[in-house]
Amino acid sequence: MDAIATTAIAELQGLVREHRRVHVCGNGSKHVSPLSGYVALSTAALRGVIEYQPSEFVITVAAGTPVAEVNALLASHGQYLPFDPLFVESGATIGGTIAMNACGSERYRFGGARDFVIGVRFIEGNGELVRGGGKVVKNAAGFDYPKLFVGSCGRLGLIVELSFKVFPKPEAYASLRVSLPSLEDALALLPKLTNCPYDLNAVDLVMENHTRTTLWVRVGGIAEALPRRMDRVRALVGSGEVLSGPEEEHFWNDMREMRWMESGDVLVKVPLTPRWIPALDARIARWKRRYSVGGNVAWIATPSLAETDAALTSLRLSGLVLRSQAPDPHIGYRPFNPFAERIKRALDPLNKFG
Amino acid sequence: MQPAALVPYECDALLAFRERPLCVVLPESQEEVVQVVRLCHHFGVPFVARGSGTGLSGGSTPVPGGIVIAMNRLNRILKVDVEQRFAVVEAGVVNLDITRTVASRNLLFAPDPSSQPVCTIGGNVAFNSGGAHCLKYGMTSNHVLALKVVLPDGELAFLGSESLESVDADYVGMFVGSEGLFGIALEVTVRLLPRPETYRTVLAAYRSLQAAGDAVSQVIAAGILPGALEIMDHLSIQAVEAAVHPGYPTDAAALLIVELEGEQHQVEAEWRRLESVLKASQPYLLKAAQNEEERLKIWKGRKSAFSAAGRLYPDYIVQDGVVPRSRLGEALAEIERLSQKWGIKVANVFHAGDGNLHPLIMFDGNQPGSYERAEELASEIIDVCIRLGGSITGEHGVGMEKRRFMPRQFGPAEIACMNATRDAVDPKRLANRGKRLSEEFTSAHTLVGAHPLERAGVIARE
Ligand SMILES: Cc1cc2nc3c(=O)[nH]c(=O)nc-3n(C[C@H](O)[C@H](O)[C@H](O)COP(=O)(O)OP(=O)(O)OC[C@H]3O[C@@H](n4cnc5c(N)ncnc54)[C@H](O)[C@@H]3O)c2cc1C
Repeated sequence: MDAIATTAIAELQGLVREHRRVHVCGNGSKHVSPLSGYVALSTAALRGVIEYQPSEFVITVAAGTPVAEVNALLASHGQYLPFDPLFVESGATIGGTIAMNACGSERYRFGGARDFVIGVRFIEGNGELVRGGGKVVKNAAGFDYPKLFVGSCGRLGLIVELSFKVFPKPEAYASLRVSLPSLEDALALLPKLTNCPYDLNAVDLVMENHTRTTLWVRVGGIAEALPRRMDRVRALVGSGEVLSGPEEEHFWNDMREMRWMESGDVLVKVPLTPRWIPALDARIARWKRRYSVGGNVAWIATPSLAETDAALTSLRLSGLVLRSQAPDPHIGYRPFNPFAERIKRALDPLNKFG
Repeated sequence: MQPAALVPYECDALLAFRERPLCVVLPESQEEVVQVVRLCHHFGVPFVARGSGTGLSGGSTPVPGGIVIAMNRLNRILKVDVEQRFAVVEAGVVNLDITRTVASRNLLFAPDPSSQPVCTIGGNVAFNSGGAHCLKYGMTSNHVLALKVVLPDGELAFLGSESLESVDADYVGMFVGSEGLFGIALEVTVRLLPRPETYRTVLAAYRSLQAAGDAVSQVIAAGILPGALEIMDHLSIQAVEAAVHPGYPTDAAALLIVELEGEQHQVEAEWRRLESVLKASQPYLLKAAQNEEERLKIWKGRKSAFSAAGRLYPDYIVQDGVVPRSRLGEALAEIERLSQKWGIKVANVFHAGDGNLHPLIMFDGNQPGSYERAEELASEIIDVCIRLGGSITGEHGVGMEKRRFMPRQFGPAEIACMNATRDAVDPKRLANRGKRLSEEFTSAHTLVGAHPLERAGVIARE
């Protein structure tokens, strides 16, 4: 880490020590605003790739580095972050991506942020700078703080630096697009796809209006094998149109940037399994929504957080607000977790991070 | 229980550490585990959860004055959801039984430690165990969706959910690999994967270990992502050939096993690339498995490497250090040098694709001082791994064995943070006391403030 970053870290440590309440923010791509009474701490000065040797397939970056920079560097060596970080073009930082666990459709293939983060440096509530994990892909020494910080929403400490394992990037992609009369038809097809051994990269459902559903299946890999792989996927589904090139990329890019939302709507992420989708959909059918990651995530673009909160609570589903001015990003069902309480007490005993 | 009946519980597969437990409890239900933990908490009795005792670092070795909670009777598979691809199992279920149960539905539980016919999912969770097939889909932690655990004071906690995604900090990830220090796993929800449609398994034999190591780098650099990438050296090839006759070329200095797995057309295309990369690496023999039987034979050899080593020498220590993959060659050369320096034989089998070494350090326990010398060599190998930027353990855990090396890999701030975390979860330090972390009650961790020069931004702690 260069001198500027070292000074920046020391400054952040000082601020954490000095202030009663602090709020960490990256580049604001997820628009979560600080609470009143909190001092905002920006990771903007923590920028840059700290270590990257392409043959090692591991990269270490400062938390405030834009994901776009990381992606570009990796791509120039034929590599990528397989968990499909969101809001890349909106300027998301790598630290914010991990803190909010903002993974996209393609996390279906090899796993989410939790499956690729191998090291973290963070500032604890007492201002100490601590390293967890390391820069090797297997490591059973010490507690798994790198995973713990995925989805921590800035509440366990300030992420300063992250290390990831990376993979070779699929050299080509193609998708199957299938228009179906109803959500039920789509859900009936889903297990066929999620249980098939065709190594699908993404399986998403786009709700066009109340019922009409478009199924998108993405496949990536060696270019010469793709046409035959797509034939098989199409045969499995029974119909649909095979897309590749700009139109195909455009769809997944819009998904990654959430450009399908109406401006003014708030984005809510809801983890679930396919079996929950009919009940949830019945309650939110008036809003724009998509079911992603093989039916493991619902993305809801809602004009009303209160109504969304009520719908989720009634189903005992939890939600995370990704784009709003709401003070607390968590909505819906929030079961008490004694383990979480204890971990929080250890890392942030004075509750500085909120 | 009679005193003699306690003997099997005195140690795990690391025989060097032994301790007679106060007693062994064999709960029949989750509720009984919870009750026992509550009693332990009430009376301040330390407890150790035990699966099948195949751990290699002294993780389930009892502590003085403590009891053992043997989880083996909690072996029910509670739920299999084929469509949503998960299973809910009790912690005492044997790893391979999960895959056996779902195999007819073409699903599998991916983590495959060589001990999988006996080790339990609870032990896998405690150590975040891996296996030969971790390169693509990760270790145990990457396949655990949710956990029901009893915390060290008897309180229950439910972590994670059936979904692949979450809106919380990753408490499942934090619990997995905690070596039992955060309490006992009662129920584990595991993710199941579709069984790969096809495999392509190839053996490449080399005249030097270095050449095999270089081949690994070339395979990875070519952008190929195999399911497994394993190396065995001359000594382990000989041991394995004598024990299970997998048909390995016994004159090889090193054998590389590469396995591609996945969709048929993709694997075919990968195979064409792999073949040309491997040919360019100049093995003197390149042999692809022609059918499932030949494939299983190759794996049988690799998976029996540890037990086969027992044929060469009466005793051995298995090391588990990790180095950055691009520094494998350096690490192996250093191990060879140390082996010669100490005059002790070391066989090498390793998860080359992950940089995870398993040097088997051979000795004869009947000769006085030989264990101590083997330990010294092991300690120097660990130093090599740390110096190269790696880790003291990749999958076998710290346990009792590697506890003393923790301060070499981690600084005081890291150790203090781990202690603080552990003390917040288990203030009485009852759960697996004496494992992973040292027991000195030193840390005034949360009270430490900044040095005035730090506050002024003049110095920083690294
Ligand atoms: C021949 C051989 C080959 C091996 N190959 C591999 C390999 O390829 N990869 C690998 O990673 N390991 C390997 N191992 C090591 C070992 O098998 C694994 O660590 C395994 O996960 C241990 O499982 P177990 O049920 O035997 O646990 P035990 O040895 O009984 O216990 C291991 C640890 O888990 C804790 N524990 C057990 N159950 C629970 C529970 N329910 N809740 C909380 N903590 C619990 C114990 O306290 C202890 O700390 C091998 C061992 C042998 C002997």
